[in-house]
Amino acid sequence: MTYALEISALAKTYKGGFQALKGIDLTVSQGDFFALLGPNGAGKSTSIGVITSLVNKTAGQVKVFGYDIDTDLEKAKSFIGLVPQEFNFSQFEPLMHILVNQAGYYGVSKSEAIKRAEKYLKQLELWDKRDEPARALSGGMKRRLMIARALMHEPKMLILDEPTAGVDIELRRSMWDFLRELNKQGITIILTTHYLEEAEMLCRNIAIIDGGEIVEDTSMKKLLAQLDVETFVFDIKLGLALSELEQFATQSQAIDYRVIDDHTLEVDLNKSQNLNQVFEQLNAANIEVQSMRNKSNRLEALFVSLINKKSSVINEKSTGSADVGQQAVAEGAK
Amino acid sequence: MNNSIALKSILTKEIQRFMRIWVQTLVPPAITISLYFVIFGSLIGSRIGEMGGFDYMSFIVPGLIMMSVITNSYSNVASSFFSAKWQRNVEEMLVAPVPNWVIVAGYVGGGMCRGILVGLIVTLVSLLFVDIQLHNIWIIIATVTLTSATFALGGLINAIFAGSFDDISIIPTFILTPLTYLGGVFYSISLLPEFWQGVSQANPIVYMVNAFRYGFLGISDVSLVTAFAVITFFIVTLFTIAMTLISKGIGLRS
Repeated sequence: MTYALEISALAKTYKGGFQALKGIDLTVSQGDFFALLGPNGAGKSTSIGVITSLVNKTAGQVKVFGYDIDTDLEKAKSFIGLVPQEFNFSQFEPLMHILVNQAGYYGVSKSEAIKRAEKYLKQLELWDKRDEPARALSGGMKRRLMIARALMHEPKMLILDEPTAGVDIELRRSMWDFLRELNKQGITIILTTHYLEEAEMLCRNIAIIDGGEIVEDTSMKKLLAQLDVETFVFDIKLGLALSELEQFATQSQAIDYRVIDDHTLEVDLNKSQNLNQVFEQLNAANIEVQSMRNKSNRLEALFVSLINKKSSVINEKSTGSADVGQQAVAEGAK
Repeated sequence: MNNSIALKSILTKEIQRFMRIWVQTLVPPAITISLYFVIFGSLIGSRIGEMGGFDYMSFIVPGLIMMSVITNSYSNVASSFFSAKWQRNVEEMLVAPVPNWVIVAGYVGGGMCRGILVGLIVTLVSLLFVDIQLHNIWIIIATVTLTSATFALGGLINAIFAGSFDDISIIPTFILTPLTYLGGVFYSISLLPEFWQGVSQANPIVYMVNAFRYGFLGISDVSLVTAFAVITFFIVTLFTIAMTLISKGIGLRS
């Protein structure tokens, strides 16, 4: 089967000598909802830049739905819709003009473009603003405008570079629903995000990039299965003194409790343990649980461990690879 | 891919842009040209007498129209393309399957539209001051079209290299304006000493102004064939440079 995206040995060295990509290999299947994660300056935006031809690659090959960007660039571009990280539309143009002109760049007739603009502006709740200049929009509206613009030529693959950065939680969730719906319709979606919860909730497959290298490329399920420990937070009914809780935590066998305050306990559970054991011990101590939640974002824990693992290997080897801060500066300067 | 739709979209966007800010783009040339007519035409011109067999006001009209066309064709593309780079909305085109020649043609077409529209406005304003003669309308159309294309291409190349808004005003200020003023707009180069006549022949604007003046008055300091050859040479050269720069992504892709 032809992949939606096939990257092999992709490398990019910027003029100043900064090596943003060190020969990465990556494939994304058609119809996938794929997360590309990494810290600032890891190479995410450079990868997207190369795929969308905004960045000239130094070496390697990129194929979009089987079309090589070196030999069939225009065909490859026609499959991609891009929602970049930074706002990149004219601040002075009205929304309708931005969308209709964008469709025109892909050869969509004006009459068809007007229909599509109406459809997407309504779906993304921007229809009332259609005749206003883009600068009049709020940050969240601008993000939605960029999604509408990326969909105007009905691409087979949508690439979103941190689409929900700076967007409030309610709007973020409505954007997630919108993206899920697009994916159901068969559009391949590649997402980079800093909100790891977002990747966990939306994406089926994931690659983690760091220092210009892919450090993990697997399914979300497999990645999360690597997780050894999960942390649960118990809100307990008031009644016991703090000292009594601390005594319970110290004396409990097999399970590690942490007392946060007189009504909150945290528990780390590994794969060999289960919540029944916890509840048995809490019941025995007459501690009444009012509610329980999963504490940390699980993906975040894994992400940090993977990145730390790589950093420690680099430090051990003392290869002189730039640290994340330096990479961020270099990427920012590109 | 339907390139004609993409071309039309860029052209539409460009025309919408300068029409949206018509107070900045279309009105100033009309005011400037009125001042030229009042000062150089009525006040000073009446003391100069004839030039090239015509009263001074009639002599300078074609040059003033051409000066407006040159300035506006150039500045339209320079400011619009640089602004698209600066706001990064140029990426809208770069990520789309738009061939490079369509990008060049779209922006140059937009610059030509503004240059020619301003030329028409200036012509209408000049009718308030002088009766305009028409010697050969086809020469007028050909000259104004080719000249606006030449300077629109120049503006595009300037914008591709520009890294700041200052960079798009340096060439108009230090190169374009002197060349225009020394390009025979206000005088016949036959009045110059022989050495300076020779120097003037290295100024491409001399050929454009003279071919244009020929269309109105039937007089020219240079041969029409040479004039059109020079203009064509500049168009081909600048188009080739612009295409090469955009293909390589100079100033556009990292």
